[in-house]
Amino acid sequence: MNESIEDIEIQLLLDAVYRHYHYDFRHYARASIKRRLLQARQQWGYDSISEIQSAVLHDETILPQLLNFLTVQVSEMFRDPSYFRALREKVVPHLRTYPSLKVWVAGCSHGEELYSLAILFAEEGLAERTIFYATDINPAALRAAQAGVYPLDRIRLFTENHQLSGGHTSLSEHYTANYNRAVFDKSLRERTVFSDHSLVTDAAFGEMHLISCRNVLIYFDRELQDRVVGLFGESLARGGFLGIGSKESLRFSTHANLFSEFVREEKIYRRKLR
Amino acid sequence: MSVRAVVIGASAGGVQALSQMLPGLPVGFPVPVMVVVHIPPKKDNALVDLFARKCALPVKEAEDKEPLVPGTIYFAPPDYHLLVEADETLALSSDETINHSRPAIDVLFETAADAFGPALAAIILTGANHDGAQGLRAVCEAGGFGFVQDPATAEVATMPEAARVACPGARTMALEDLAPVLQAMIEG
Ligand SMILES: C[S@@+](CC[C@H](N)C(=O)[O-])C[C@H]1O[C@@H](n2cnc3c(N)ncnc32)[C@H](O)[C@@H]1O
Repeated sequence: MNESIEDIEIQLLLDAVYRHYHYDFRHYARASIKRRLLQARQQWGYDSISEIQSAVLHDETILPQLLNFLTVQVSEMFRDPSYFRALREKVVPHLRTYPSLKVWVAGCSHGEELYSLAILFAEEGLAERTIFYATDINPAALRAAQAGVYPLDRIRLFTENHQLSGGHTSLSEHYTANYNRAVFDKSLRERTVFSDHSLVTDAAFGEMHLISCRNVLIYFDRELQDRVVGLFGESLARGGFLGIGSKESLRFSTHANLFSEFVREEKIYRRKLR
Repeated sequence: MSVRAVVIGASAGGVQALSQMLPGLPVGFPVPVMVVVHIPPKKDNALVDLFARKCALPVKEAEDKEPLVPGTIYFAPPDYHLLVEADETLALSSDETINHSRPAIDVLFETAADAFGPALAAIILTGANHDGAQGLRAVCEAGGFGFVQDPATAEVATMPEAARVACPGARTMALEDLAPVLQAMIEG
């Protein structure tokens, strides 16, 4: 079909955001970006996407709000419990053989995935020897991750998931309820480095033993997915593990040959030894 | 322009309605069919197996980034929205639920309307909520064909009624007529 005016405006907006702010959304899956930009336009009462472009270029305070539309902050603790169970039962035995461990939670959102792993590592006696890296491009999300505070009404789901993941502590041991909020223990993030890192524009920063990056790749187009899978390859120690979302796959990537399937149904891969 | 894709949305009572409708699409049906049914998030996708046994056409769960193939029925996976990209590939997202639903019919219909414009046929079946009404309107506004299951014959009439209100241009049809009409329209 012919490119609509809206599509042209979206491209121009993404170009502008990249050129002025170096946030690169140009290779994100377009249908989802478009829906979210149309939502933003409606919520802000603009008549066109071009008006968003003008606003974000001329007023720096708009950018954080726009980021909240361009990045999706949906997450839950121990989301897909069977994934965490597989990490616990199949990956942890390998991780135990290392004296020190590095774990990267890429696209950590508000921290749900990080705290899930931190609790799992504590339960498995690996916490003391592990450094976690929790990264995201959305500064507000990173701040929330660092705070580790969630509405109490989400805890029931988190608890259920945690049990199903094979957790052998009670989730309530890891947080303090405070009015309508659950505040997760500082000890869980003592050994975590939170930082702003973009999978699109930034480089590898260390040799990881485990990378968990769930439900981020689906937001990228194939070309960008490919870049990111390459980045994960560079960032993993040989024999290191990569976990992605349950509906994501390395199948389309030219770097797929760097990895072997480790737990196929849970989308856990292993960096080949050679 | 003739129809190049079909999208279907169903909620309460939907499995039964689809069981009557989808087996009516014959081998050689020349366009892809994408389906959103509201199902609880944690369940395995039993729908695919169920319909694979009943249908003449191949049935599969939609995968992220896969190109649409004519004559294939795609179901949205539980807990993911299903979207169509302009290059006629599928995409999944874990965006917020819409009207408490993920997958949401609106998301599929709106993005498919964008990708296929007037070459899309969209069908709203039985259900107890308002999902799909906006999506159907988007389809009709893009010049596509909207169909609504006759609320009188729907197990739950709320969803087709809401769709009719949002999109008065849509045709109301008895369930058993949908497959033959689609086929006639696509071949004609
Ligand atoms: C849907 S959330 C996934 C949260 C969590 N990983 C999970 O599966 O529950 C997607 C996250 O990816 C982040 N993100 C988007 N683009 C990114 C990029 N280029 N680099 C790093 N993170 C990114 C978003 O800010 C958001 O926090």
